[in-house]
Amino acid sequence: MAPSSVKLQELIRVIRTAKTQAEERGMIQKECADIRSAFRDEDPAFRCRNVAKLLYMHMLGYPAHFGQMECLKLIASPRFTDKRVGYLGAMLLLDERHDASLLITNSIKNDLNHSSQYIQGLALCTLGCMGSPEMCRDLATEVERLLKASNSYIKKKAALAAVHIVRKVPELIELFIPATKRLLGEKNHGVLHGTVILITEMCERSPDTLRKYRKVVPELVQIMKGLIMSGYSPEHNVAGISDPFLQVRILCLLRILGHHDGDASEAMNDILAQVATNTDTSKNAGNAILYETVLTIMDIRSESGLRVLAVNILGRFLLNNDKNIRYIAMMSLLKMVQTDHNAVQRHRGTIVDCLKDTDASVKRKALDLSLALVNAHNVRSMMKELLPFLDNCPPELRSDCASGVFLAAEKFAPSKRWHIDTILRVLTTAGSFVRDETVPNLIVLITNASELYCYTVHKLYRAVLNDISQQPLVQVASWCIGEYGDLLLTGVCEDVEPMQVTEDEVLDVLETLLQSHMSSPATRAYALTALMKLSTRIRDNVDRIRKVVSIYGSCIDVELQQRAVEYNALFKKYDHMRSAVLERMPLMEKGSPNHNDQSALISNGEREGGGETQGGVKLQPPVASQTMDLLDLIGVPDASLPEALPQPLSQPLTGQTGIESSVGGELLDLLGGIDFGGIPSITAYNKNGLSLEFSFQREQGSLLTITLQARNSTASDMTEFIFQAAVPKTVQLQLQAPSGDVVPAMNRGSVSQSILINNPNRVALKMRLRLSYSVQGSSVQDVAEVSNFPAQAWQ
Amino acid sequence: MIKFFLMVNKQGQTRLSKYFEHVEIHKRTSLEADVIKSCLSRTKDECSFVEYKDFKLVYRQYAALFIVIGVDEAENELAVYELVHNFVEVLDKYFSRVHSCFSLHLERVGYNVQPGQSAHYFG
Repeated sequence: MAPSSVKLQELIRVIRTAKTQAEERGMIQKECADIRSAFRDEDPAFRCRNVAKLLYMHMLGYPAHFGQMECLKLIASPRFTDKRVGYLGAMLLLDERHDASLLITNSIKNDLNHSSQYIQGLALCTLGCMGSPEMCRDLATEVERLLKASNSYIKKKAALAAVHIVRKVPELIELFIPATKRLLGEKNHGVLHGTVILITEMCERSPDTLRKYRKVVPELVQIMKGLIMSGYSPEHNVAGISDPFLQVRILCLLRILGHHDGDASEAMNDILAQVATNTDTSKNAGNAILYETVLTIMDIRSESGLRVLAVNILGRFLLNNDKNIRYIAMMSLLKMVQTDHNAVQRHRGTIVDCLKDTDASVKRKALDLSLALVNAHNVRSMMKELLPFLDNCPPELRSDCASGVFLAAEKFAPSKRWHIDTILRVLTTAGSFVRDETVPNLIVLITNASELYCYTVHKLYRAVLNDISQQPLVQVASWCIGEYGDLLLTGVCEDVEPMQVTEDEVLDVLETLLQSHMSSPATRAYALTALMKLSTRIRDNVDRIRKVVSIYGSCIDVELQQRAVEYNALFKKYDHMRSAVLERMPLMEKGSPNHNDQSALISNGEREGGGETQGGVKLQPPVASQTMDLLDLIGVPDASLPEALPQPLSQPLTGQTGIESSVGGELLDLLGGIDFGGIPSITAYNKNGLSLEFSFQREQGSLLTITLQARNSTASDMTEFIFQAAVPKTVQLQLQAPSGDVVPAMNRGSVSQSILINNPNRVALKMRLRLSYSVQGSSVQDVAEVSNFPAQAWQ
Repeated sequence: MIKFFLMVNKQGQTRLSKYFEHVEIHKRTSLEADVIKSCLSRTKDECSFVEYKDFKLVYRQYAALFIVIGVDEAENELAVYELVHNFVEVLDKYFSRVHSCFSLHLERVGYNVQPGQSAHYFG
């Protein structure tokens, strides 16, 4: 008793009536259950219909693996309708991951030799869709035989199956080469198309085959000519053009064949020019062909006239009303901007206009292109366009735009003032989207433009009066007000209309920043330090500052609290040093850390967590932010103001410019034995993540104490660290006990050891080191020479 | 290379899907939902090419139906755009009334997608 089974169309209609996902799932499960029992009954009558229903449900996303064996049975059946559904099921449900796929190899083989061309077609289709490498190897010869069949339908399908075979088993490329050469002479477009695809695939996979196929370029050119010149052919007509798909395919193949080859490129020059000029561009099909032509011209060794033609076509595309075409044009121009920069520059005006387009993809491409086109000549006018764009652009493009503008401004700024203006403009409009390092970079820039201090501080002050929500802007502004507050208060400035600013107003602004809930902790820190600096720059309100500072001595934020406490100490115990400590900052260098730079400058004003370290210094980040600001003010390596620091700095910084020695001298009393003196420290060894720093102290006469710090920047600890050294004959060396023998990973700590040197003859000091340690289970030994001892160490 | 071919209605229900590269079945539904969301949110005056993850979507709307093809970098987008239209014309001729009708004759559409793709654009 065969249960009546629902027809596929009926099922689809029923499923579409389901109002919720749960309802649909219920219907599908019920139907699946029916189908499963029908399969179990082995009833051939409705098998085809049941599998079709199963495939529909699979397409909706439900599992259908239990239908796989049924597909095999359908394929084995003699009826065409069964085979059709069976092969479709095989293509959708089986792929080479399943072992069941091998079982159909035999069926396919038989069907490839079937009398009906449609069944042969089905088999070829299925092989071309899901054939595994083994199946391909078994059936390749059959497919190759069918490539030579007399029937165009079969030839077309065989070509496509061959494409799949070539993809899966590249070694079989050789097998198909002779047949393809013959197939290029076919009249049937389907076969031609399949052949062109096959040749393209073969050339992409094997450079040898590519060389062989260069010979067919004339034939391809002939086919193209035929397509362009032929009259109206209803069979192939798409929007007035004869088979645009085939034309695009051939152009693509010509591109591959002509790439890097002068002769082939020459052979196709004419046809490319012809296609470019004769194609009807009113419809999309024509534009598709033109686009492909442009891509081909750009990629082969074409003559310059042709390249100019290509760029002009793209320029025309840019002016087209159709969005798709504008998008395509921008994409291609972006690819070309590196190689044909001048040609693309000619279209700069149109590109910049596209920044105002409504389409998001077009805007993004226009932005990328505009940034790529900025150079020293057009930077001012480009910025005039880009900055308004930044105001209006969608948020996802803002950070790209801001960083692009910064880069361009840095490379091409015509004057420092323009540069500062531009950065300020970006900060006011898109402040929250800029990257973190912008703030230190800007500060360095401002410091280095000494003639513009007055101008800058006035502008920043005005900006901050307007808006205190943009953190980078506020941070830079508070730093400047702190540094150059005296210029602000004098009220005199050539370039900018001067404001009459009183001390109270300035202090009000800074206090607002400190208290505002919009300020981030970093901003507060900046503001507090700025207040402190102002204490030496203003006359009347020092008490007010003292009060504020002492209030923050009990702030919850540890950073602020520490700063406030330190500044308090500056007011109380070290008041005589205050003005020296809070002097103007020295000129800074921006740049990469240089390990052997012995006159290391401290970078920057404030820094949150150890950004740019200069010299051979590696400071532990959390300590850095607490100690560095004091160091910034003092400009001197300072390991302790006793109440402030959790641990002493282990690495002295040396050689600061503009530091008064008296300051250093007095602080030395506090420092208690930390090396500080005229001798710069050196990096004696730096390899494989292990670095050794030597710092020096001269004792009386010819005695020298070297303190060595060993640090490990790799991810795993170095254990059993042993350091040995040897010196020239007349020098005496004594190694003291090291602090430990484990150098922790990621610079978390260090091993220190003292070396006592007696150099009575004052010979040039050299040392040979022998290091041994274990890391990650393997032991490492190394020998190195140190000869870069500073002269003061031994003279 | 064409990665997949989808026909989706305005409510987001998949009417036809054909994948030319293997994608896990549960990933398919999430992929389709994602793709449909990005296509449905486009306005009329935006272009038909959407950059999605590491490939591009070329979509075209016909009344209540969206046809979306996912292609990789090597394809000519305008040609694929033309292909979509060509396909719809073929279906139109074959079933003489596109849209809801042909989706009921799914298996025949499935056969058309395969050879249609093959003949014009399998690659």
